Amino acid sequence: MNLLWMTLVTALRALRRNVLRSVLTMLGVIIGVAAVVTMVSIGRGANAAVQQEIQSLGNNLVMIIPGATTVSGVHTSSGSAASLTVADATAITKECPAVSEVAWAKRQVVQVVYGSQNWATPAQGVPPSYLSVREWPLSAGRFFDHRDDAGANPVAVLGQTVVDQLFTPGEDPLGATIRVKNVPFEVIGVLARKGQTAWGQDQDDVVLIPFLTAERRVLGTQILGTVDMIVAAAATADVLPEVEPQIRALLHERHRIPQGQDDDFTVRDLNEIAEASKNASAVMMNLLLSVASVSLLVGGIGIMNIMLVSVTERTREIGVRLAVGARTGHILLQFLVEATALSLVGGAVGIVLGFAATRLIAYLAQWPTLLSAPAAAGAFLVAGAIGIFFGFYPARRAARLDPIAALRYE
Amino acid sequence: MAPGTRPLIQLRDLWKVYHLGDVEVRALRGVSLDIRAGEFLAIVGASGSGKSTCMNLIGCLDQPTRGTYRLGNVDVATLSANERAAIRNRRIGFVFQNFNLLGRTTALENVALPMIYANVPFREQRRRARELLAAVGLRGRERHLPSQLSGGQQQRVAIARALANAPSVLLADEPTGNLDSQSSLEIMELFVRLRWQQHVTIILVTHEPHIADYTERVVTFRDGRIVSDLPQASSRPAPEAARG
Repeated sequence: MNLLWMTLVTALRALRRNVLRSVLTMLGVIIGVAAVVTMVSIGRGANAAVQQEIQSLGNNLVMIIPGATTVSGVHTSSGSAASLTVADATAITKECPAVSEVAWAKRQVVQVVYGSQNWATPAQGVPPSYLSVREWPLSAGRFFDHRDDAGANPVAVLGQTVVDQLFTPGEDPLGATIRVKNVPFEVIGVLARKGQTAWGQDQDDVVLIPFLTAERRVLGTQILGTVDMIVAAAATADVLPEVEPQIRALLHERHRIPQGQDDDFTVRDLNEIAEASKNASAVMMNLLLSVASVSLLVGGIGIMNIMLVSVTERTREIGVRLAVGARTGHILLQFLVEATALSLVGGAVGIVLGFAATRLIAYLAQWPTLLSAPAAAGAFLVAGAIGIFFGFYPARRAARLDPIAALRYE
Repeated sequence: MAPGTRPLIQLRDLWKVYHLGDVEVRALRGVSLDIRAGEFLAIVGASGSGKSTCMNLIGCLDQPTRGTYRLGNVDVATLSANERAAIRNRRIGFVFQNFNLLGRTTALENVALPMIYANVPFREQRRRARELLAAVGLRGRERHLPSQLSGGQQQRVAIARALANAPSVLLADEPTGNLDSQSSLEIMELFVRLRWQQHVTIILVTHEPHIADYTERVVTFRDGRIVSDLPQASSRPAPEAARG
């Protein structure tokens, strides 16, 4: 203990003797650690944002949209066929054991007017089950029920963006009458804010009205009961992988699609989309981390370089220490401690710098960041390990010096 | 120093052969020498005579090519590098021509250096280092750096360091070689005094006859062999007087 303490004191003294050189040597480690800390913070921030998006879409959802129509062999855009119906949706609830609940929507961008304000927004005709499938709470009022739907009542529930656009701040939208495609609607509820999807769509820019109201009074339809989208919720996360094949099988049967022919619908697992964007951000983060690691590596080589210089400069000192009874282990320890002290001080400075850089980036670029204590501790430990690793060769060289030759060294 | 007891240092037919490229250098060619505990002797000889090689072997800095070296009860030739380091640490003290103090390190810390490697407790290190600096006449200079001391004072610090772990042998390689005559005189008188105070065997390597005059026995080397080994009446020491 005594020896270790003296070794540490000696090491710090040696580093202080040449402050500029020590700082320049540390620079590689400082930059490396700062980069790692910053990258991890940004990466974790991005991941958290993606996680939030998954939450905002609703957990364990599968979306079914109509397929593309083919006119004389030419495919039009997917979703253009009127191939999905309310009957399909209710069949999915009944026939697919992995599905717990289903909702559907008919969708069209319409002009919404309140007083002198107007706003173009997608109006969605949905069943009363829609909010529970999407796990979307209300911030005020109530959602429409089966009676509203069956009676095709002119009631609407607004997204936050629509409220912001139509009403002055502080004004209570509940009970107000708005006009959707010139049909007067009573506002009975306001949705909680949900934010953007992974692909940048504002989910709060929406007006929800009962499905039958939409079909019969506002949006109109060519064939009764067709829908633009079906959303199915898996009973549990475990059975999510079974949902898609079950729905496929059922719809194949219902739509009488023979083997080998194109489906007239598309099934999308929303978690897959979220996973994909999460993977993309993970790939990006690994890339940046490896760049940061290169800096750490270069820092380590810098330490090795300067330690070799130091060993040469202090050959006489090593000779004296060996003559008065230092063992090879003592000399090895002394130079290892010195190299490790260099890298650890560099690591500490790097962490502080990394935190500062993270703050600055979060402020300037408005990126979501999340500081990570384990990442900082990890970077610090890696810095220490680099000091030991790259300090070992010079230290061993010092320890293997021949005492007589070292004492004679000029 | 009782006669008839086993010698402290026993060299038997010691050879040291170096290879410089293809050239074989026979630095020692069968040296046999007995040194008793408490002796004060000088090893003299021209440069290249093998006296420094012999000194390095006695100091356990090097291993002989052939022959045996016993220090006390230990056969040094069989020891590992770390075991020899331990012997250098506890049983041998070195004094060099160019002092070899650690720069930017105080006199006190220089003296304490061998004690660090002997795992002496910190307070004891400090106490002992102070005591030794006082014994070599440097009381009050504990915090001085080598650069703030004269040559003679630096050599005193080096001598105090050599005595740190109370070694049985003090090896001094041209200790006055870098000093003026007044400082040389003082250092030699210090050796004479310390020999009695610290009960230490002193082996001096020198080529200056008047330095060798301080000792009781002069061993002369030439071409890797001992050519003469003569006792002489020491000019200075009066044991009873110095002992107080």
